[in-house]
Amino acid sequence: MCTGRVDLSFIFHAFRKGADGVIIGGCWPGECHYVTEGNYDALGNLHLARKLLGLVGVDPERIRLEWIAASEGSRFAEVMSDFVSTVDGLGPLGLPGAEDLDRRLEAAERVIPFLKLVEREKLRVPERSEAAYNELFASEEVDRLFRDLVAEKLLTSQILALLRLGPRAAGEIAESLGLSPAEVSAGLGASSRQGLVTYDVERSCYALA
Amino acid sequence: MAACTPRTHEPLFRDTLREGGINQYFFDMANIREHCSWVHSKQAEEATQKAKDIVRMSVARTVGLEPLQEFDLPMTKVALVVGGGLAGMTCALSIANQGFEVHLLERDKELGGMARRLRTTLDGLDVQGFLRDLVRQVYRHPAVHVAHGATITDVSGYVGSFATTVRYEAGLKVIEHGVTVLATGADEHRPTEHLYGEHDRVMTQLELEARLADGDDGVAASSSLVMIQCVGCRTQERTYCARVCCSQAVKNALTLKQRSPDMNVYVLFRDMRTYGYREDAYRKAADRGVVFVRFEQGGEPQVEPQAGGDGLSVSVMDPILGARLLLEADHVVLSAAVVPSAGSQELARLFKVSSNPDGFFQEAHVKLRPVDFAADGVFLCGINHYPKHIPEALSQAHGAAGRAVSLLAQDTVTASGSVCEGREQACVSCGACITACAYGAISFHDTPVGKKAVVNPVLCKGDGLCCAKCPTDAIRLKHFTNEEVLDQIDAALAGP
Ligand SMILES: Cc1cc2nc3c(=O)[nH]c(=O)nc-3n(C[C@H](O)[C@H](O)[C@H](O)COP(=O)(O)OP(=O)(O)OC[C@H]3O[C@@H](n4cnc5c(N)ncnc54)[C@H](O)[C@@H]3O)c2cc1C
Repeated sequence: MCTGRVDLSFIFHAFRKGADGVIIGGCWPGECHYVTEGNYDALGNLHLARKLLGLVGVDPERIRLEWIAASEGSRFAEVMSDFVSTVDGLGPLGLPGAEDLDRRLEAAERVIPFLKLVEREKLRVPERSEAAYNELFASEEVDRLFRDLVAEKLLTSQILALLRLGPRAAGEIAESLGLSPAEVSAGLGASSRQGLVTYDVERSCYALA
Repeated sequence: MAACTPRTHEPLFRDTLREGGINQYFFDMANIREHCSWVHSKQAEEATQKAKDIVRMSVARTVGLEPLQEFDLPMTKVALVVGGGLAGMTCALSIANQGFEVHLLERDKELGGMARRLRTTLDGLDVQGFLRDLVRQVYRHPAVHVAHGATITDVSGYVGSFATTVRYEAGLKVIEHGVTVLATGADEHRPTEHLYGEHDRVMTQLELEARLADGDDGVAASSSLVMIQCVGCRTQERTYCARVCCSQAVKNALTLKQRSPDMNVYVLFRDMRTYGYREDAYRKAADRGVVFVRFEQGGEPQVEPQAGGDGLSVSVMDPILGARLLLEADHVVLSAAVVPSAGSQELARLFKVSSNPDGFFQEAHVKLRPVDFAADGVFLCGINHYPKHIPEALSQAHGAAGRAVSLLAQDTVTASGSVCEGREQACVSCGACITACAYGAISFHDTPVGKKAVVNPVLCKGDGLCCAKCPTDAIRLKHFTNEEVLDQIDAALAGP
């Protein structure tokens, strides 16, 4: 099993189960013992995870990928101590006032399959190098993809997660998700068209279809 | 099982299960040694808590374990040995003598490597005579196929069936082989210090050895000669000890003293490491009047052209006398570091083997797998591993041959059961897994419900990259399934 095996869902699962930070340790780029160089895939996943975390309001610094060779015991210790102090500085993830955190993370988790499809169809890293990965994921192109494709899916996913708890009025939904009424009505419109959500006229609120 | 190291014990327990008729993939080992007690030896309480976490995670994973089937891969009964120095030739001959075909690749025009430049050893070996004899045996052996001027351009395949593309003067050729031994040697560092290359009376130990053997009267007629140890090694840039130079210096000093007993021979050293019985030679040299002067890092000798003479002046801080010594020398001889041979990094990349930070090849485990690489079916021997004397290089060559033959002697090698498996119903035919697989193990097969990804278990190496790319969890890595990993995460975060 390689670092590139670390599924995005493992990361979000860990956050949902109470981890305050997730660190992935991989072999140094260029030092793969095999032909796969899956550490670059791990790098790609790190970038995806960070962007997705950002969209659900979790500090992307809570996830880290570090290159540590099996022989670098002291580096491992240094990296872990440093990461622990970063996470300590950020504080526990589930602070009071963040009750909806699990819902947001759940919404993110549900977007992962879609995100993988987007990666498959839209993201092409020109070469296996750290620079190429970092450049691609910092590009305007990827930002736009996240804005146009992933953010909308995530909004739908968040609305569905909320409605799973029971019917809500549009205003309540906007408040719970910390979004503007316009954003929520766009999200509700899309979800209704897809047949995922219905409007209960009598109680003037939205519910799962 | 939470006990001693999985490195040695996991295979043992797996074997025991097999013998007892239980599928070995039902076994899991919690590494509370390397991952816990060894690294937290001073934090007993916290380490115990962590050990409990590790055990809990292991137990959680065990719940999902399934019995798995292993695969037999065919073994091409041919070895490839890269590098025709003493180590490579010895290894090739040993494999051939045990009944297997060997291809021996040498990039030079001649066999022999570093040994061509050595004349004697402290054990009294006539290196040139030994080399001639070995080369003759290699050429005469019907099962050893030697190629000169050979460069490897491409390597594919895996244990049992490698295919290596070699460029000769005559063109390209693909060699099919089941195992590989890397015996690519090392080079002498070219010093940049102590006027080397600037003053014609400054030379390296190898150059001195050649001059003495070729009957150069100039050196033997010196009235004073100074050797400087650790040139270019045990420094910031190259932290390692080159191991062979202390003995080589003592060897050459003894030869000088034998030829010209009245010559003043000085060896300026940091630590003398004439290890093993070579210590006797060191004492002998001291008895014969060779003067050993210690210096410390930072107090390196200074070499300058002799004022008004053809020789050199060497000054060095002697920490025992607490005074600076000034030595007049007709010749200065540098014990230069041993460095990895040019091109070894390229070779490492081609064969997917690892090197240490100094650029020498790295065995899979110092004690447990001393001549194996982590990559299956690839072995190492000689001074590409670390600097070592001829007898050590030869022993290691026999060791590598033994390991290679232990594979060649089998008709098949067993491949792990921890490989991927496609689930037709869930596959959406996106092809992400096919792109992710570096081994070409996954392909589309036509089914009544369309194209579906299917894994060829023989080609799969179980890295699981495909699983992390699949949007519908339609591909699963056996023994490291999503459920098993997620259960472990749950157990890790559940707390005691
Ligand atoms: C400076 C120095 C001084 C030494 N002094 C002593 C001493 O006094 N006494 C003693 O016992 N030992 C000494 N040794 C060690 C001794 O030389 C070795 O132990 C012995 O010669 C075995 O070497 P080898 O076969 O591993 O490598 P080498 O002799 O270096 O042979 C490696 C061969 O591989 C070939 N090669 C390299 N890369 C490739 C490639 N990619 N493809 C094909 N071919 C390739 C090279 O051309 C070379 O012929 C010394 C070594 C050095 C470097």
